[in-house]
Amino acid sequence: MSAVADPAAAPADAADMVSVRAVHKVFGHGHDAVHVLKGVDLDVARGEVTVILGPSGSGKSTLLRCINELEEITGGSVVVGGELMGYRKDAQGTLHRLHPKVVAKQRSRIGMVFQRFHLFPHMTALENIMEAPVQVRGMSKKAAKQRALELIERVGLSDRMEHYPAQLSGGQQQRVAIARALAMDPELMLFDEPTSALDPELVGEVLSVMQDLARSGMTMIVVTHEIGFAREVADHVVFMDDGVIVEAGPPSEVLDAPKEQRTQDFLAHVL
Amino acid sequence: MSSSKAPASGNDPVPNRIHARPVPRPGRLVAAVVVLVLAAMAANALVTNENFRWDVVWLYVRDVVVIRAVLWTLVLTFGSMVIAVVLAVTLAMMRRSDNPVMRWVSWAWIWFFRGTPIYTQLIFWGLLAVLYPRLSLGIPFGPEFFSFRTDDVLTAFWLALFGLAFNESAYLAEIMRAGLTSVDPGQAEAAKALGMKDGKIMRRVILPQAMRVIVPPTGNETISMLKTTSLVVAVPLTLELTYATSAMGNRQFLPIPFLVIAALWYLLITSILMVGQHYLERYYGRGFGTATGRRGKSKGTGPGGKQAAIAAAGTVKEDVNREVTP
Repeated sequence: MSAVADPAAAPADAADMVSVRAVHKVFGHGHDAVHVLKGVDLDVARGEVTVILGPSGSGKSTLLRCINELEEITGGSVVVGGELMGYRKDAQGTLHRLHPKVVAKQRSRIGMVFQRFHLFPHMTALENIMEAPVQVRGMSKKAAKQRALELIERVGLSDRMEHYPAQLSGGQQQRVAIARALAMDPELMLFDEPTSALDPELVGEVLSVMQDLARSGMTMIVVTHEIGFAREVADHVVFMDDGVIVEAGPPSEVLDAPKEQRTQDFLAHVL
Repeated sequence: MSSSKAPASGNDPVPNRIHARPVPRPGRLVAAVVVLVLAAMAANALVTNENFRWDVVWLYVRDVVVIRAVLWTLVLTFGSMVIAVVLAVTLAMMRRSDNPVMRWVSWAWIWFFRGTPIYTQLIFWGLLAVLYPRLSLGIPFGPEFFSFRTDDVLTAFWLALFGLAFNESAYLAEIMRAGLTSVDPGQAEAAKALGMKDGKIMRRVILPQAMRVIVPPTGNETISMLKTTSLVVAVPLTLELTYATSAMGNRQFLPIPFLVIAALWYLLITSILMVGQHYLERYYGRGFGTATGRRGKSKGTGPGGKQAAIAAAGTVKEDVNREVTP
């Protein structure tokens, strides 16, 4: 994971689903500028689950949002599925910003689950899941409904499909949100603290859906504080602090035998 | 504290149901008596005063001239509101646009039409033919493509209609902007993450939610517009209800009954509009709070049913079943 000077120059490993190179993110300008990501490198192989840990403000969520272009990166490159996100590089090596329509298309291959669910409140659970396949993929309503019924069964909410989000518990809403993201058949799923807004007794139902998803071979990047989930499900654990990756490796190393002092301090606090 | 009587039925799930005497509320009775007396006085003052000429009111309230004036008022109200809504949606989106030119144009339009009185604007539109006897389309300072006499095309009706619509669009645009701003930014983000394009996000996700905020003040504006149409005499357009009835009243030296006729029609139309607004609000409120819509309600005992019952009681402000309120 060496820093690469020329953004987007490093050819991504063929097996890599995600390849983040020397990514910097600065919010604001001049005196108000906040440097949130300070050169992050991250590789996620196809079918792998990576869990990102770190104190709040360390840039975990920002990194996730940079991967699916919800934030424009300030420096470096993000390659997902072999495709450079957000830019086109011409023969001279000049970067051209992609048209929003093309960026939207790139995003449609990446599913995202938010801390606060963000289900569409004016649509039922089923309509929430059908929305993107119909509106983005142009799938017929009938086919989308068929698919949505499968997905809602997969997250165990067939008896709640006609409910509006306001009529569902937080755990149920988050499971619908996962089904909504899966409806686009993403190659990669991003989870931004998916259980942080839930009551303790509802965390388990969401984690078990995520665990099933990981078992089915989905490539996942999960920002979470659930150390137990990281230990059990993650192939890689990444510890971030102050905009850089401090330590990365298999859970047995990072969680049980952290080398870095900052990782040890953090784990001492959350465990 | 507990009941003095035996339980009314054996299957009451509350074994110790309280049958206490309610708090005495003498104020309610006093208020009812006072209001009844005042209402009787008002009714007496209206009915027994012969100057109201209720016979004339009853005769002319159904007069074909009055009905025709009501129809013109309705055409002006709805015509101008439809044009204003289309303009306002455009203006509100321009205000939110990335393009600074669009933002500026929208700002300037709203600034001008909100900043001058509607009456002045209507007089101005009426004088358009004096200012510009001929209107033409062409390149500024260059050749003309075609031209027409202002009077021939822009009749008083069209000037009144667009005059009302332009003024209203400025107010509606601000209402729409408030509505669009009220939608949680997380909604647009979630839609974006699903790969939806900006136009789709606006149409499918943001506007339907903004409508919940937009509809009540827009209903208010429509009702207000109904009455504002009486100002088109400034153009001058003399077909609508206020002018038509007051002209009849002046001809017959009976201004009061004709004012009453106009007031009754305005009240009737406003009442119908309020009913329509109620149903619109219910439709766009689906999925929010107690207005859960048909589909959710049918599932009896789910969290929705329980939540709806708790919310309907009105004593709990927060959703007890939800961990975070979005």
